[in-house]
Amino acid sequence: MKLKSALLGAAAAFALAPMAHAERGSDGEVKILYYQAVSTLNAYLSSGTKDVEAGSLVLEPLAGFDQDGNLYPRLVESIPTVENGGVAKDLTSITWKLKPGLLWSDGTPLTSADVKFSWEYCTADGGGCAQAAKYEGVKSIDTPDDLTVVVNFEAPKPYPYQPFTGGTAPILQKAQFEKCLGAAASTCTEQNSKPIGTGPFMVTDFKVNDVVTLAANPNYRDPAKPAFATVTLKGGGDALAAASAVMETGEFDYAWNTQINAEQQAQMAAGGKGKFVNAFGTLVERIEINMTDPSSALAEGERSTIKHPHPIFSDPKVRAALSMAIDRQALVDVGYGSAARPTCNLVPAPAFQASDNTGCLKQDIEGAKKLLDEAGWTDSDGDGIRDKDGKKLSILYQTSVSAVRQDFQALVKGWWNEIGVEVELKSIDPGVYFGGDAASPDTFQKFYADVEMYANNFDGTDAEPYMAQYLCNKIPGPDNQWQGENINRFCDPAYDALVKELSTTNGIEARGALVKKLNDMLTKDSNVVIPLADRGRFSAQSNALGGFVMNAWDAELWNAQDWYRVK
Amino acid sequence: MTELKLARPRSQWADVWAQFRHHKGAMAALVLLIVLMVFVLIGPLVWRTDPNFIEPNTAKMFKLRNLGPSWAHPLGTDQLGRDMLARMMFGGRISLAVGAVAMMVALFIGTTIGVLAGYFRRLDSWLMRLTDLFLALPLLPLLLVMMFLFRDAISGVLGPRLGTFILIVTAIGVTSWMQAARVVRGEVLALKEREFVLAAKSIGTPARRIILRHILTNVLSPVLVAATLGIAAAIITESVLSFLGLGFPPDFPTWGRLLFDGIDSIRTYPERIVWPGIAISLTVLAVNYIGDGLRDALDPRIRGR
Repeated sequence: MKLKSALLGAAAAFALAPMAHAERGSDGEVKILYYQAVSTLNAYLSSGTKDVEAGSLVLEPLAGFDQDGNLYPRLVESIPTVENGGVAKDLTSITWKLKPGLLWSDGTPLTSADVKFSWEYCTADGGGCAQAAKYEGVKSIDTPDDLTVVVNFEAPKPYPYQPFTGGTAPILQKAQFEKCLGAAASTCTEQNSKPIGTGPFMVTDFKVNDVVTLAANPNYRDPAKPAFATVTLKGGGDALAAASAVMETGEFDYAWNTQINAEQQAQMAAGGKGKFVNAFGTLVERIEINMTDPSSALAEGERSTIKHPHPIFSDPKVRAALSMAIDRQALVDVGYGSAARPTCNLVPAPAFQASDNTGCLKQDIEGAKKLLDEAGWTDSDGDGIRDKDGKKLSILYQTSVSAVRQDFQALVKGWWNEIGVEVELKSIDPGVYFGGDAASPDTFQKFYADVEMYANNFDGTDAEPYMAQYLCNKIPGPDNQWQGENINRFCDPAYDALVKELSTTNGIEARGALVKKLNDMLTKDSNVVIPLADRGRFSAQSNALGGFVMNAWDAELWNAQDWYRVK
Repeated sequence: MTELKLARPRSQWADVWAQFRHHKGAMAALVLLIVLMVFVLIGPLVWRTDPNFIEPNTAKMFKLRNLGPSWAHPLGTDQLGRDMLARMMFGGRISLAVGAVAMMVALFIGTTIGVLAGYFRRLDSWLMRLTDLFLALPLLPLLLVMMFLFRDAISGVLGPRLGTFILIVTAIGVTSWMQAARVVRGEVLALKEREFVLAAKSIGTPARRIILRHILTNVLSPVLVAATLGIAAAIITESVLSFLGLGFPPDFPTWGRLLFDGIDSIRTYPERIVWPGIAISLTVLAVNYIGDGLRDALDPRIRGR
């Protein structure tokens, strides 16, 4: 009780202290537009980015990711490492030290019990926690005192920073959510729409799928922040309308995910009321090559399985030629403008694990033709399509229905035709293509095509689970209901061995070096994956909003406490 | 001896044509439809540009993108530098072909069922309940399911383009024959009680001949009207399927797909959706007006007024 009143006293002193420069709540209202409206503020109950992002204004994790993908402390004093003793030598536990004196927005102190409770909440039976992956491998959590949290893992974790980091794993208040464990989680409407948090703002009103209004948190740890007194977070519309609302009419200060085409970007930017901001994460648009035979002549259950290697793509030269014929810069200019950049990497960021592989950026039609000649594919009957042993070099290229992807298909088809490859295009409804229904022939996992295009990324900055998708035992097939993640049916014992090495290596640099090697094995060495473009986050920011820093590794609203009004 | 000069007997079709010509809207529509047909059928023989041609040299391709109308590209170019005029002509061929063939399929099924139901009392209730059943089915989801189930199978046999064409035409045909069947049945019910049919029956004409010679010729006018309306509906349905991405392969332009592709640049280049939009609207409007004119012309009670 004494500690509590002491803390309260300290907080009051802070609150009353005269401000040196900025003052909390001095800049009025900031208006934010998420065209996908917010339906809950509890990140554990929604996999929707918009909900996680909106929740990050209120709820905070122990540590967040900055714009370069580095961890920085939010509610803790420092980031634990093996060197400073925060991570056990055997990598089986990590110890977080909370900053003293932190208060929830209702004035009660934040303790290690709240942190432990957040883990229990997400892993409770029947809760259907959307972020359960963040807590995978956690055996137990100890709370030796009010400010210390020890996370114990079931096995050595070379990357122990998954739990309680980033906007997807925030700390909930135990007192508020105590009755919402397990199956009761989604019935706690009041709690999920008005969570008590430690973040810069607190919810004053929440209209589901419409608008959230927030006010500055009087108990926020920095007495001078946030500069804005209220936040209005509106939903509705589409990307184009959202961009226009910031860039042309100036109704909003910031609009999330304004993915529009390059010409529209230029037109909007001419409005002069704001600017587009981008940040590049790990979302890579790529063409995946099928290493197995998708021919419809094969029996169902044998198509696109490892029983039948692909008749054309088993030759690495053909794969390399397909990659060389593509002009990635042109694709980006047509499809994404400044919302993407060309890449040759499957793991394009952050810097410590991005390979310096740029060889594919220059289109080389002649080189591609030469490679195909060397591989024995020649146009022997003069019809413009190469053939070998009476078989035509003809492939089926599928992707989902999307304006940009269909443009990509048309362009890539043009280049491949140029080097003598016949291409047939197919576009599939995204609901079916990404639906994962094992009975449908059109899912991207079944891959009943020779090549296919989509985008994928990984959560956070640790690429290990992502690289592990290409292990031999992750190949989708009828025996596992086509649920494997190794879409290409790539299988290389050397690759498997390297992934195993990665799973026991500690230290950012060493892990980064391994990821680079793995990345190169999949891309420039074998061309099994043909990366096209690194698609960034792309949002619109008003010129009247200051302090905004775009972030691809955490919620885009990660530093809302530092925002201010440009006068 | 004076020779009696008889006027040449006027044929029925001459009468119909004479009446049709009085319908100003229908005549304008007919001219318009012929112009559209010439545009899509003769056009590509004159305007020899490949609708799917993309300049493989990217530096040149970028200069060709999003051009406005010019002599080299009268309707401009699209976001990948493809000639819009060529795409409109090519797309129109597909859209009109789908409209015409799907209409014939629907008409054939509809007329057969209508005549059978109207003429043979025993079949009537069965066939009409079947018609009600089809009418009650939600059309679009049914089409989507059909496309989804059979596209691969048919494409495997006939190739993706012809396969999709046959599938779309059949799909539209078997889901839009119901109105024609109802109209024809009603007409047949009235006709079969008429004196000339009774006369034919009394001399022992078999049902098959009565239907072919006396009934079918007399239900021609409602069938023709239903046909014109069917073309319009089929063109629109094809547009909807293409619009949803379930029609032809993505590099196969139809008016519906051009419209779908244009949506993305509706603010920057509105003409991209205006051209296919106008073409679809004009065709549908023209066909409807012709149907209207035909109905008036084929009705002997209106004729001559």
